[in-house]
Amino acid sequence: MAKNKLETDKLIHRILTLASKGGEGHVPSSLSILDIIDTLYEKFITKNKSNKFVLSKGHGCLAFYVVLEKHSIIKNLDTFCSFNSNFGGHPDKNKIKGVESSTGSLGHGFPFACGAALAKKIKNEKGKIFSLIGDGECNEGTIWESLLIASHHNLDNLICIIDKNKSTDRSLKIDDLKNKLISFNWDCFVINGHSKKALLTSISKQKKKPLAIIANTIKGKGVTFMENNPEWHHKKVDKETIKKFELILEK
Amino acid sequence: MRKQFIKTVTNLFKKDKKIVTLLGDIGVFGFRDLFKSYPKRIYNIGILEQSMISMAAGLSNEGMKPIVHTIAPFIVSRAFEQLKIDFGYNKLNGNFVSIGASYDYASLGCTHHCPEDINLMYNIPNMQIVAPGSSEEFDNLFNQSYANKNPTYFRLSDYENEKKFKVRFGRANFIDNKSKITILAVGPVLNFIYPLIYKYNLNLIYLTTIRPFDQNILKKISKKSNSIIIIEPFYSGAIINEIIKLKDINNINIKNVSVPFKFLTNYGTKKQHDDKLGFSIQKIEKIIKKLNKRPI
Repeated sequence: MAKNKLETDKLIHRILTLASKGGEGHVPSSLSILDIIDTLYEKFITKNKSNKFVLSKGHGCLAFYVVLEKHSIIKNLDTFCSFNSNFGGHPDKNKIKGVESSTGSLGHGFPFACGAALAKKIKNEKGKIFSLIGDGECNEGTIWESLLIASHHNLDNLICIIDKNKSTDRSLKIDDLKNKLISFNWDCFVINGHSKKALLTSISKQKKKPLAIIANTIKGKGVTFMENNPEWHHKKVDKETIKKFELILEK
Repeated sequence: MRKQFIKTVTNLFKKDKKIVTLLGDIGVFGFRDLFKSYPKRIYNIGILEQSMISMAAGLSNEGMKPIVHTIAPFIVSRAFEQLKIDFGYNKLNGNFVSIGASYDYASLGCTHHCPEDINLMYNIPNMQIVAPGSSEEFDNLFNQSYANKNPTYFRLSDYENEKKFKVRFGRANFIDNKSKITILAVGPVLNFIYPLIYKYNLNLIYLTTIRPFDQNILKKISKKSNSIIIIEPFYSGAIINEIIKLKDINNINIKNVSVPFKFLTNYGTKKQHDDKLGFSIQKIEKIIKKLNKRPI
């Protein structure tokens, strides 16, 4: 556990450093999904080429980038957000290996993932399509359209992980998400989104239906002064921020 | 062209196992045989165009060749951002076949009109745009382009040209009568002008692919003509933008007959709209006569 925490802190430090250097980045939205992407890459994406990952909430891309870097899938990440960089504030499919679709405008990646899952069915291919969406993203109509599509076509190779970091509570709050998903004929588990074990267990329980995993997460997880603090949603990270984080780690 | 679309797709389904068709609850009965023969490759996705387009992009990313079909405004206007990002920005192959054109559904009103489609699609930099004038032309153009790497928009209409051209994707057809006046006609508008081409010995550029635009023919014609009349059955913009790329544009007088930038709140028939908007032999002949009077 301690080793895991150390590794995660390293990734968090990398995210802060990149955000500070690039002068850009939705840091708390990345921190809420870091554990999820890290686990998916370690256990599914790098293990089996037929598994694919679509980051629908593209603004969380810093978490995605540092995991891709950790697995040596990408390099030159230090250029983040500089003029000629391959790595911007939202991921570009044609510049970055591992990015299935360029996302950023919300509500695009999840239906895209449904199409990818359907393609696998048509081709009789094995493997799962993982799509990570935000709870704020659940405001978008296409999310609900796609939930209908996926259950209607019985896409039992599709897993939708919902990063429930309470982003949407201040605008359009979505209550009782689990029952909504079940009523759309999906299987659904609610987990602690920072628990690798809980994520793996719920994935292993997918049966003959599309599976939704509501991952309760903390926006800004790991950087205590950012946690659940809306001020930080798109606030600039500077060297002072990094120092403050380092001090917390030393304690 | 609708029937031809079904025929063309049916023929291709047998040859190309990667084709998959998504319908937005439109044209479903017409495709009934394909639903029976290939239930895994044709879907009536439902009335949710945005998701249907994104989903098609996901299919394309996995190596399938998607064909998406519904009425023009519901593909182009409603799902524009999905076309722009999921196909344009992602650089994925996909074929979007619309029906209804600008106002084929005249009596259904403005919600079902789509004179904006060509301009909207033109604003997606890598979107290929095809406006066939007849069923045969659609069949040729679709076969020549559906599998290339780009997204492509096909604008179908229920109204066809009587004169059929042998067309090639990305190439304009050209009748050179050494005239000072050139008609540039796009898609199914030849019935309004073809008789005039011979009566007045005019040049004709007949365009069925709008992007990639055939600049070569324009270069040839611009040396001989001092006037171009564009006959475009949609909002103007895309074609003019190609023409202004010509070097000696200053010496050319440009007229156009297009759908005016307003909501067409009348109902009735397509022909009634055509007559009112200037898509008729009589009204186009008036423009030619005026130009003929101009000193050369």
